[in-house]
Amino acid sequence: MMSDTAAMETPPPMVETIIKVEDLNFYYGSFQALRHIPLEIPKTRVTAIIGPSGCGKSTFLKVLNRMFEIIPGARAEGKVLFWGRNILSREVDPVDLRRQIGMVFQKPNPFPKSIFENVAYGLRVNGKTSNLKERVEWALRRAALWDEVKDNLHRSAFELSGGQQQRLCIARALAVEPQVLLMDEPCSALDPLATAKIEDLIDQLKREYTVVIVTHNMQQAARVSDFAAVFLTGGELVEYDETKKIFENPKDKRVEDYITGKFG
Amino acid sequence: MRLRRGRATQAIAFTLLSLAMAGVLVALGTILSFILVRGVGVISWEFLTSFPRQAMTEGGIFPALVGTLCLAVGTLFFSLPLGAFAAIYLVEYARQGLLVRIIRMAVNNLAGVPSVVFGLFGLAFFVRALGFGISILSGSLTLAFLVLPVIIRASEEALRAVPQEFREGSLALGATKWQTIRKVVLPVGLPGILTGAILALGRAAGETAPIIFTAAVFSARLPDSVLSPVMALPYHLFVMATESIFYEETRPIQYGTAIVLLGLVLTIDLVAIIIRYRIRRRRRW
Repeated sequence: MMSDTAAMETPPPMVETIIKVEDLNFYYGSFQALRHIPLEIPKTRVTAIIGPSGCGKSTFLKVLNRMFEIIPGARAEGKVLFWGRNILSREVDPVDLRRQIGMVFQKPNPFPKSIFENVAYGLRVNGKTSNLKERVEWALRRAALWDEVKDNLHRSAFELSGGQQQRLCIARALAVEPQVLLMDEPCSALDPLATAKIEDLIDQLKREYTVVIVTHNMQQAARVSDFAAVFLTGGELVEYDETKKIFENPKDKRVEDYITGKFG
Repeated sequence: MRLRRGRATQAIAFTLLSLAMAGVLVALGTILSFILVRGVGVISWEFLTSFPRQAMTEGGIFPALVGTLCLAVGTLFFSLPLGAFAAIYLVEYARQGLLVRIIRMAVNNLAGVPSVVFGLFGLAFFVRALGFGISILSGSLTLAFLVLPVIIRASEEALRAVPQEFREGSLALGATKWQTIRKVVLPVGLPGILTGAILALGRAAGETAPIIFTAAVFSARLPDSVLSPVMALPYHLFVMATESIFYEETRPIQYGTAIVLLGLVLTIDLVAIIIRYRIRRRRRW
């Protein structure tokens, strides 16, 4: 498997690595969901994780902020180095980690609270309650939602549309000022217009944040990401490269088949 | 042919089902009207607010009403925090395994224990061993144990109904587990927990056996502390019907007391239903 090895050893050119995954194995009980994953995630770029259903891409995302720990029987082996520090080690507090690596979920999941309180939530649990209003406004502006909600900050978050709710969840994550933003198929529950807004937003965000996005939508991966990692069923990383190269000239036949829609 | 036979079977099944339903309604209606017809004559504001007179053959049920309310409040005071915290532990903290299954089984068995056994336990433990005497305190604690399974189960259900996405959203923002429970899970689950508690309250208000040994005395006085014994509606009824020499003369008052007790329990249940209805209407996830 020459091509595989070659693909993996291609370093993302000229960008600093923020997260380096080494030989990551992941299990749900006795089922192995990820096998020997190596991956270097570049800072302030958008990295897309693509692949067919059941290939472990969402699982991979959940390892990066240790959200997998709330699933009974889930277990990760290997190394995930965040600024060189293995976040899978016992000494790393997942609560601290999640303040630096934020997450946006597949289905918008605002809390049953007001718009303001949703964004303020992360600040309150972090004890960052000074200048609360300014921080909330800042986060809502970052998430391109401020203009739509500034007059109704105290209305329930459930009164927003699906796309607005998702941007609220992004604002909520940004408020705690993370370095990395993990997005798990953030547009899968949204219509094309709302999807376009989120994609524009991702483009803005990558100036300051590292974004890792899981998507099963090839066009979306091609539009928003700088790098793409293709996982295939069985939990293996088959190819990782600049998105352009993956889509124009995939090295692995299976990747070519997948992105041209021959399977998956 | 097959189709027609299917329809006939269906008709028979529906008839049986509606007969069963009618049977239930008739039984309920008979009990209610029996009590209402015989007791409604004595119901008045005075009946509710005055003391019994002439060996209970005249006067009202004020001490019993006050006693029942005291016991209800006391029961809730002990059982709500204990039951809700136990449920939080079982749902949010405990690793779902053998231990939790055993605890859950124990809770369910507790629900099946006859109430008189709780009464005897209360007498031995709270009244005697802890020295609380026959008092509101002993009675409330005994009733609290009696309704604990109801509250734990209702609270568990309420917490389990809180969508997992809320917990994930909170944890992903760097909230601790306890912050997540306190700020997201509990506010969402609280109305459900309270509904369970109110239903438990209705049950506690109607129980007789547990308080006979622990809280109730034949008395016309009002309690002045949690260590005072009290009169209570179900006990009042019990005494009038079985121990009064004038049980014939007290009959209308017996039925009147029964109406008040029924009304109290039904009102409590109604409050629970209204709360539940309002939660359902407000819920939008």
